[in-house]
This record gives sequence, structure tokens and C-alpha cells, in this order.
Amino acid sequence: METRHRELDPRLFESVEIDAYEGERIAGPPVGFWKDSWVRLKKNRGALISLAVLVLVFIVAFVIGPLISTHSPYDQNMTQRYLGPTSDYWFGTDKFGRDMWTRVWAGARVSLYIGLLAALLDIFVGVVYGAVSGYLGGRVDDVMQRIIEILNGIPSLIIAILAMIVFNPGIITISIAIGLTGWTFMARIVRGRMIQLKDQEFALASRSLGASGFRVVWKHLIPNSLGLIVINLMFTIPSAIFAEAFLSFIGLGIQVPEASLGSLISDGAGELRFHPYLLWLPSIVFCLLMICFNLLGDGLRDALDPKMRK
Amino acid sequence: MLRYVARRTLYMLLALFVIISVTFFISKALPGTPFADDKLTPQIRKQLYEKYGLDEPILVQYEKYMLNVAQGDLGNSFYFESRPVSQMILQRLPVSMFIGVQAVIFGLVIGMVLGIVAALRHNTLWDTLAVVVAVLGVSVPSFVLGPILQYWLGLKLGWFPIAFFESWIYSVLPSLALSVFVISTVARFIRTEMLEVMGQDYITLAKAKGLSGLAVILKHVLRNALIPLVTVMAPLTIYLITGSLVVEQIFAVPGIGEQFVQSIVVNDYSMILGTTIFFSVLFILALLIQDIMYGIIDPRIRISGAKE
Amino acid sequence: MAMNNDNILEVRDLRISFGTYAGEVQAVRGVSFDLRRRETLAIVGESGSGKSVTAKSLMRLLPEANTIFKGGEAIFDGRDLLKLSEKQMQRVRGPKIAMVFQDPMTSLDPTMKVGNQISESLRKHLGMSRAKARERSVELLKLVGIPNAEERVKQYPHQFSGGMRQRVVIAIALACEPQILIADEPTTALDVTIQAQILDLLRELQEKIGTSVILITHDLGVVASVADRIAVMYAGKIVEMGTVRETFYDPQMPYTWGLLASIPLPTADRSQDLIPIPGSPPDMSDPPKGCPFTARCPYAMRVCPTEFPEYTTFSAEHKAACWLHHPMAPNVEPPARVGGTR
Repeated sequence: METRHRELDPRLFESVEIDAYEGERIAGPPVGFWKDSWVRLKKNRGALISLAVLVLVFIVAFVIGPLISTHSPYDQNMTQRYLGPTSDYWFGTDKFGRDMWTRVWAGARVSLYIGLLAALLDIFVGVVYGAVSGYLGGRVDDVMQRIIEILNGIPSLIIAILAMIVFNPGIITISIAIGLTGWTFMARIVRGRMIQLKDQEFALASRSLGASGFRVVWKHLIPNSLGLIVINLMFTIPSAIFAEAFLSFIGLGIQVPEASLGSLISDGAGELRFHPYLLWLPSIVFCLLMICFNLLGDGLRDALDPKMRK
Repeated sequence: MLRYVARRTLYMLLALFVIISVTFFISKALPGTPFADDKLTPQIRKQLYEKYGLDEPILVQYEKYMLNVAQGDLGNSFYFESRPVSQMILQRLPVSMFIGVQAVIFGLVIGMVLGIVAALRHNTLWDTLAVVVAVLGVSVPSFVLGPILQYWLGLKLGWFPIAFFESWIYSVLPSLALSVFVISTVARFIRTEMLEVMGQDYITLAKAKGLSGLAVILKHVLRNALIPLVTVMAPLTIYLITGSLVVEQIFAVPGIGEQFVQSIVVNDYSMILGTTIFFSVLFILALLIQDIMYGIIDPRIRISGAKE
Repeated sequence: MAMNNDNILEVRDLRISFGTYAGEVQAVRGVSFDLRRRETLAIVGESGSGKSVTAKSLMRLLPEANTIFKGGEAIFDGRDLLKLSEKQMQRVRGPKIAMVFQDPMTSLDPTMKVGNQISESLRKHLGMSRAKARERSVELLKLVGIPNAEERVKQYPHQFSGGMRQRVVIAIALACEPQILIADEPTTALDVTIQAQILDLLRELQEKIGTSVILITHDLGVVASVADRIAVMYAGKIVEMGTVRETFYDPQMPYTWGLLASIPLPTADRSQDLIPIPGSPPDMSDPPKGCPFTARCPYAMRVCPTEFPEYTTFSAEHKAACWLHHPMAPNVEPPARVGGTR
């Protein structure tokens, strides 16, 4: 069998040298993990808006809110009770004539403080506990895991309630209560990650070059778990904020005359029939915080760990 | 499998022991008993102490307490004319159970439908709706949702009574307030699981057998996606317990949660500690049942359970 | 279109792309081949060459969401498989065309007893009763060489080893005695000793049932032992096609030479090193205009990147697409390690 061929310019059949690796030359500078994640996060509109709203709430709660208001969150004024939102009292006043604008932002400050505290505890207790437990393994790990298992056998809000009963309710007690249980989930996640990573080649290589255990964990294992840690932090924060508001709502949290979003919502729920704005305003701020933290958490999860994306 | 169950049970009992011990020592460390009232004469106080066994050495009290709790005796309420705590809890249990179970049923049905539709119509409006509901459900707590429902469905529309518990209609709003979190948890969970399962090789194989789309979904996708749903049982129990505290308070439902919050207000310590123990037992049981059920239902787990 | 009577399947100019966020990836770019009755046709290529996509598209099992069907036809039983409705296709999958997948660890439903997984298609396509289907599942398990089949049908997949699972998958595929069996890398995920067993099984069953087999693989060793004909795929195109004998002993395309030269042979003289193919396959979101192998080809000429070469026919079965066969091209000898000479 013969195939007919077209006539072509003979020069076309001169041999040429082609670099087989030409196509593999890297087109641009390498993109790092964090930069790559940031690019992905920027595409997530919900997460970006949430981040912006959170920054805004932060600024208003700590700086602008108290600065531009002439009222204090504690001053009672019996002649000006139950004023709806007016040009003087932007969020109205409560049953003691206290300014709701400053009280709501004082409550938001408590929430943000609790969120920050929970995040710090997660890092300094949860990550450290998990890293030690996972890296050392063996009997130490066994004991440390049993402790967590027992702690997890008790609903954490119940632990918090007991703590609030024993000590005087207040922001410090709430901090302790959250500190008692809030970190266990992070510890488990980090431990799992350590166990998964510690026998991988890069960690073995580092150890075989004489690095100390601490150095391996700090320089190799933790950096490789950072994405996971950040994702988890973003879910710890809203649950801590929720825990504080919950305790304050049932009367075990922040005590009068201090304000927390939980106690403001509780007061507002009682005035629902005639003064609903007392419920709406703190509720909106609270839900806004929760939604933004959750959306930002979802966004970070998708950005830092595309495999977990759904 | 049996060893696995035995080991889980052991941990649960250990956790329970720790909890009960902690509650006992807390009760001792409390800033004063309800009898630290100046109006009581020393003699009456002494009588009261004797009656409640508060004059014995602490270890004796501890031993007695542990034995009593093991027999289901949580002591007497300090506040309500010395009625037994366990009896007061059991009395209020049916109402709380009813509202909780109803909330779970609402939540499971709506959440499953939403999650399944979202997964089957991935990247459509339905999907977006499910995602929005899921975010709202975890972000808007029941103590915000409860008053909103009261205001809107109760006061504005007048469809449901907003407080007390006299007939079934009274249970709708509290159950609804509790169920939104269940809906969002279940919807999010089912959606994620189904999307995961639908990408598996065995689903492609099922399609390669010539099964219809519906048969593939019903026989293979749902089956695999629903099994892990067992693992939300314990978290949901926690949620229902804590949720009942605020929801029963908001809707003035005479359940355990409402009683618990009231006992906090009046410093009825034996009631508080007794309810704490009751809640912990409930939660630990849920955790245990969850672990065992998962082991039994999911053949993938069975082998690893046996290997342990 | 007149169909050759020997052919059970005729694929013509099949083109398939995937929509990704980085753009359109052209996975299959005009593939044509025939499948004869009772033969085994091997489609060989590197990962990403489009061989699996070709196979899955015949079963219409590609994900609907991002698959773009660009053209071509696949005539089976006088009908174009690519144009059948989903309902019609469901009657083809199983009784007419069946498929065995690469990874037996993941291709069985972990929550369903293997007996039921086999019965499913029996009941659906052959209308068997539950009891009859159960009986037949036991027979099928025996057929694929699973001992103790009566007990095994009641077990779950996790109670089977990888090789045993692949036997179950084959039993499922053969349940309705299909006319075509597509085996997509059926041995890749298995241990070497198990691989041989599974290949033997496939060959034996093919003789018993008389199906035609399309064997997708990247392993030329597998091809040599079971296939009748080979189609070599590269970058979404078939670059050489012929009988096993022709392709192994008289390959006509530098890519095939490269493939053959990179197989370690125990008989080979140690002085003849393995010759790896340098570089890697082209980016299929922007495939080269001409011969896609140009960049890695030691014999590349000026004409190569400009236009895809015509197929040159060497025998009734053997053809290859390479500019070296143009009469104006210089005469090139394949590397010594490759069996044949031109």
C-alpha cells in the first residue's frame, strides 16, 4: 500500500534542533502559598465584604462609636426612657433612659474581645497542646488524648455555666470558662496534622540533618499546618462570641450595668411588644458579626485549602 | 467491635465520674448555701445542716453523694420545699422532649430536602439558597430567632401563641426556633456529602451498569451520603440541650431548660448541679449511641473497629 | 453510512473538550478507529493523552457539567452512541457495552453487598427475579474465579482484597454478556502478580463470551500479552495504529519508538541504555498546531510544527502519522534498541 503525498518545499524537511524542555520553562515568578490563597480569597465576594464589614464594626465599636457620642453607656436618665431612635439618641434609650448607641457598641466590644481571646487561647493552648501530643506520640499522646476525650464528654456550655456559678460572673470569668474548653477542637486538628506530617520525607530529612524536635515542629510542621490552623481559628471565634452572648442572655454573663450583646438582646426580648427596636438593634449587630465571621471562615477555608471546597 | 464498644463505654463512664465529682466539689466551693441567711437562728441552721447532711466530713459527704447519684438520687431542691431534684426533672422532661424531638423532625425533613436538592442542582439558585440558609442557621442563634418568630408569626400575623404551653399549637414556635440550626446543619452536611459521593468511582460504575439516574441517586448516592449523618447526633444533642435553655425561657415553656435557668436565678444549687449531671448523662449517651450506631451501620468502619 | 460487517463499533473524528476555569482543554482531537467483533484493541498512551476520555465518552460517562462535545460519531448497532438520549443510553450501558475501571478499591459501593451490586444490572436489564439474580451472581463470581462464591455474595467490598474486588468489578461488567467491554487501566492499581491473573481472566472470559474488548493502558507489557491491535495516542490524537506484531516489531513513528525504547527488557544488552523520552506532553488548553510530538522528537523537521502529518499506510492494518514518511523526508533509522528496521 502506498499513500500519496503532496509536493512540499524541500526546505521544510531540514532537521531542526528543538529544546524538549522549552515548554517547561516557568512562565512567571513562582506564586507562594499565601499569595495564591489571597488571590483566591479576593475572588470570593462574600468573604471580602465580610472582612470589610468586620473591620468597619471594629473601628466603630472601639473608636468612632464612643468618640462621636456625647452619652455614656451607664448614665440613667429617668425622664428620657424608651425613646425610639432620635437625632440625639441614634439607637434610642432603654427603660432606664440609657443611650443604646453606646451600649450596643460596648456590647460589640465585649464580643470582639471574647473572639480575640478565644483565638489567642486556641493558638497558645490548642495548637501547642495538639503539637506536643501529636509530635511526641506514644504514652504522652495517649494521656493527653484521654484528657481531651473527658473534656469533650461534657457539653462545653455546661462547663461554662458551672464556672460562672462558682466564680463571680463577669468578663474575666467568661474568659476562664471559654478557656477551659474552647481549645480542644483545635488541639485535635493540630494533633492529627502533626501525626500525618511528622513521618513525611521533609520532616525526616530535617531530623536526619540533626534538627531538634522543637525545631522540626516549629520550622516545618507548624508552617505546614498554618492554613488548617487559620481556618479553624475562624470558626472558633464565632462560637466563642456565641458562647458569651448565650451566657449573658441567660443572666450568667456580663452583669449590669455593663452591656453585652447577649444581655441587650435578652432585655430587648422582654420589651418586644412595645419597644421592638431594643431587640432589633443589638440583634442586627450580633448577627452581622456572626454572619461575617462565618462567611470569612468559609472563604478562608476555600482559599487556603481548595481541596476542602464544596 | 465488642471491644470497641466496651472501650467507648469505659471512657464515657470515666467522663461521667469526673463530671459528678466536679459538681460535688463545686457545690462545696460555692459562695454560701441557701441557708446562709442572717434571719435564721444558729439552731435552725444547725438543724437544716443536719437534715441535709452538711455537717459531716467532706469525704463522707462525697461518698454518700456518689452513691446517691449512682442510684439516680440527685438530692433535694434547696428552693422548692425540698422536693427531689430528679423528680422535678422527670416531671418536666416530656415537654422538653416533645419540643426537642419535634424540632429535630422539622429540621431533618426540611434540611434533607434542601440539602439533596442543592446537591442535585449544584451551582443553581437552589444551591445558593441552601448555602444561605446554612450560613444563617449557624449565625442567627435561637435567642435572636425566638423573639423574631414571636414578633412576626405571633404578634404581627397572630398565627401562633407566643408563650406558655397548653396545646400542640403552643409548641410550634419553640420547635421552629430550635429547628433552624438543625435545618442548616443537616442541609449543609447532606449537600457536602452528596457532592462528595457523586464524584466517587462507584457512582460512575453504577451509571455504567445502565441504572437510571433516579436509581443511582436512591440506591447508591443517598445511602452513602446519609450514613455519616449519624455523626451529627451528638452535636445536635448538645445544641438541643443548650438551645432549650434559651428557647424555653423565651416562650415560657415549662420544660427542663426553663427550670434550669430559673434555678440559676434563685441560686438553687442542688437543682443546678442535678440538671448539669442530667444533661451530661444525656449528652454522653448520645455520644455513645452515635459511636456504636456508626460502627454498626457503616461497613467501612466495621473493619477498622475490628482491627483495633 | 455503510458499516463494515466485521466492525462492531466505528468511531469517526471524535472531538471532546473540557471547560475549566483556565480555559478549554482539548482532550480528544479527532480520533477515529474501528473495533472488530471478538478482538481486543489496546489504546496506549501517557496519562493525559485522551485515552480514558475516549473510552468514557463512548459510555457517555463524562461529567455533564464541564464536558464539551465538539463533534464526531460512534456508530454501534447502526446508531450513533453520541446522539442517543439518556434513556436509550441506559439500555446500552450494561447489556451492550460495559466497563471495568482503574481502581477496584473505589469502584464498588462500600455500603452494598457485592451480590446485590452484581444483581442490580441483571434485574434491570434481564428482568430476573431477586432469587434468580442472586443465583446468577453466585455463578458469575465463580466464573471470575472467586472461591467460596455462595458465601462471598453476602459480603461487603471491604472484605475483599484489591485483586478480588477487580474480579467482582469484572463480574459486574460481564453480568449481561455485553458485546463490548471497555477496560480502563484494569490492572494499573494492582500488584504485578495479580495483574497477570486479571489479564488472563479477561482473555479467558472474552473467549468464552465472545465480547470485543477495548483495553485502555499505558503499559506496553500488558498490551503485548492480550491485545490484537494497538492504537497509540498522543495529545488527543492517534499517532500510530497496527497489529501488535507490526507495532512492536516495525514501529513507524518516533513517539512509538520512544515508548518501546523506554521499556526495560531483561534480554537487552546492558550497554544499550534505556532511552527516556525528554520533556513532557504539550499543554492541551493550547495544543500545538502541527505534530504535537515535535517538541520532544529527536528527528524534528521544519515542517513538523506547521501541520499535523497525514497518515501513511504500511499494511492493511498499519498506519502512522509522521512527516518522516513523506518522500521528501530524510531516511531515518529507529534507535537500535527498538526491534524493527524500516
